[in-house]
Amino acid sequence: MENTSIIQTKELVKKFPIGKSFFTALNGINLSFDKGEFAGLIGPSGSGKTTLLNIIGSLDTPTSGDVTVLGHSVGKLSAKQAARLRKEQFGFIFQSYNLLAVHNVYENVEFPLLLLKYNANERKKMIMDALSWVGLTDKIKSKPPQLSGGECQRVAIARAMVKRPSLVLADEPTANLDAVNSHNILQTMLKLNEELKTTFLFATHDEKVINYLKRKIYLLDGKVDKDVIK
Amino acid sequence: MKIALKLAYRNLLGAGLRTWLNVIVLSFSFVIIIWMKGIIIGWDYQAKTDMTNWEIGGGQYWHENYDPFDPFTFAESHGTIPEPLKKEIALGETEPTLIVSGHIYPQGRMIPITLVGINPEQKILKLPTHMLDTQITTIPAIIGLSSSRNFKLGKGDNVSIRWRDVNGMFDATEILITDVFNCNVPSVENGKIFMPLKKLQEMVVMENEATIFTFKNEKTEREAIEGWTLKTKEDLTKSVDDLIKTKNAGQSVLYAVLLFLAMLAIFDTQVLSIFRRQKEIGTYVALGYTRREVVVLFTVEGAMYSILAAITSAIYGIPFLIWQANVGWTMPIDSSEFGMAIAQTLYPVYSAGLIITTVVIIVIVTTVVSYWPAKKIAKMNPTEALRGKIQ
Repeated sequence: MENTSIIQTKELVKKFPIGKSFFTALNGINLSFDKGEFAGLIGPSGSGKTTLLNIIGSLDTPTSGDVTVLGHSVGKLSAKQAARLRKEQFGFIFQSYNLLAVHNVYENVEFPLLLLKYNANERKKMIMDALSWVGLTDKIKSKPPQLSGGECQRVAIARAMVKRPSLVLADEPTANLDAVNSHNILQTMLKLNEELKTTFLFATHDEKVINYLKRKIYLLDGKVDKDVIK
Repeated sequence: MKIALKLAYRNLLGAGLRTWLNVIVLSFSFVIIIWMKGIIIGWDYQAKTDMTNWEIGGGQYWHENYDPFDPFTFAESHGTIPEPLKKEIALGETEPTLIVSGHIYPQGRMIPITLVGINPEQKILKLPTHMLDTQITTIPAIIGLSSSRNFKLGKGDNVSIRWRDVNGMFDATEILITDVFNCNVPSVENGKIFMPLKKLQEMVVMENEATIFTFKNEKTEREAIEGWTLKTKEDLTKSVDDLIKTKNAGQSVLYAVLLFLAMLAIFDTQVLSIFRRQKEIGTYVALGYTRREVVVLFTVEGAMYSILAAITSAIYGIPFLIWQANVGWTMPIDSSEFGMAIAQTLYPVYSAGLIITTVVIIVIVTTVVSYWPAKKIAKMNPTEALRGKIQ
């Protein structure tokens, strides 16, 4: 049988120093995610969901245990290798969008493609495709301060999706959005998950997001409390 | 690097007013540093020019006994006008000057002075000797502004002077101050009273004699005349040249201070900008930038600021600097109050070397001070940068 698991964590522990002691954010996490999942890490603040998402995204490293993402052991990657993995395979969506404020919509979406050295024609086609997925082709010249919160998050999704990554990591993507915008965003992501078979992994405690998830992993005090598959 | 250039360009243009404010402030640094250095160089040049115009002309012959720093030599420092110079004197291309010691008695005080006899019609030196060309019963004389202040004498004042003639006999008379001139070469006027050459020759019984001959033009070769020492313009300006060399060290310090101030402004701006842009840096890292690439991006941005500033400086700075070189900078207060040789209006002098050096130094300094905070901030944890949590 073909192994379709793209993320595996084994006895993952993450501790943060606080003064002379340590705070254990993740304590022995064992999880596995398959390609094309639409899953979420759910839990209250401090439960470790963002920490886990950051480690999977190779933005942070485990204190002990192992995390393998797309065949790469995150803890053993050099900074350069981790950057390359993020550049080629991951898309990130953040709670506060993290768009480049002085760049327009087109330029924001173009950024990951510049790093991957696509030529201008390829970039243009891929950007327009990504913007059409999120319905923003009429806003390419606008800059983030001129957009609503929902539009900003759609730009962030287009930026995350434009290079057609294997994995999209979304940290509280609807936290700053109203109900209507949240549903629109989630429907867009669900559609992309189904059409492009991209794996989506969320960190959230928002009920609106939770309702859309096909797999819900509840974290509590750095441990997996429940793992529910719809 | 190509991507860094493209992104840096977009970041600068995208930042709009913030970029242009930084660029304009930095461009002020360029223009002010070049202008100030130009003023200082101009001051040095002016010292030589003024010395030429007011004192030494195109060179001089000195009587072999003459020592300007020893008034006791004056009594022996005179000789008959040599034959080879008579033609030049007649043509106005050389002017004889007679220098003797004397005393002045302003308000009952006795002050030693130097009496200088000069042709009222001379055109070589800038001295207003035409003011000596007047028909009055007393002897007309002109003095410099600082002498006027020291002696408390003004235009139209009469004052007694005393001297010894060639035979050692004392004599005294009254002179009338017909003009007070403002000259920024202290050695020209300090303790000196200028009067008509013929009159002084009569007073000291040194008919047809002189101490110095000043040439109008600087000739490459002049014949040796017995009893007279040739002083070329180069010899006579050597003291100024030496002074300029000495001043260069001080000027370099001033130049370094100005550069340091510009660097501090850029550093401050860059530190503020980089710390304000933590989230952006975190985003770059999340999207696949390495720390090195972040450092390169911010360093390129800093360098681009300085290049944009250089271009902006050129747009308004070149016309400004040319205009200043033509009209000069007139000091708002009387420069004679400073007690030092400085013209009221200073004309900046710029060289290609000065401009190129300044631009290159500022670009390098900007790049270095952009690299420094960028390197520091690129070390931060990307998860914290993404949340903008670094203080």
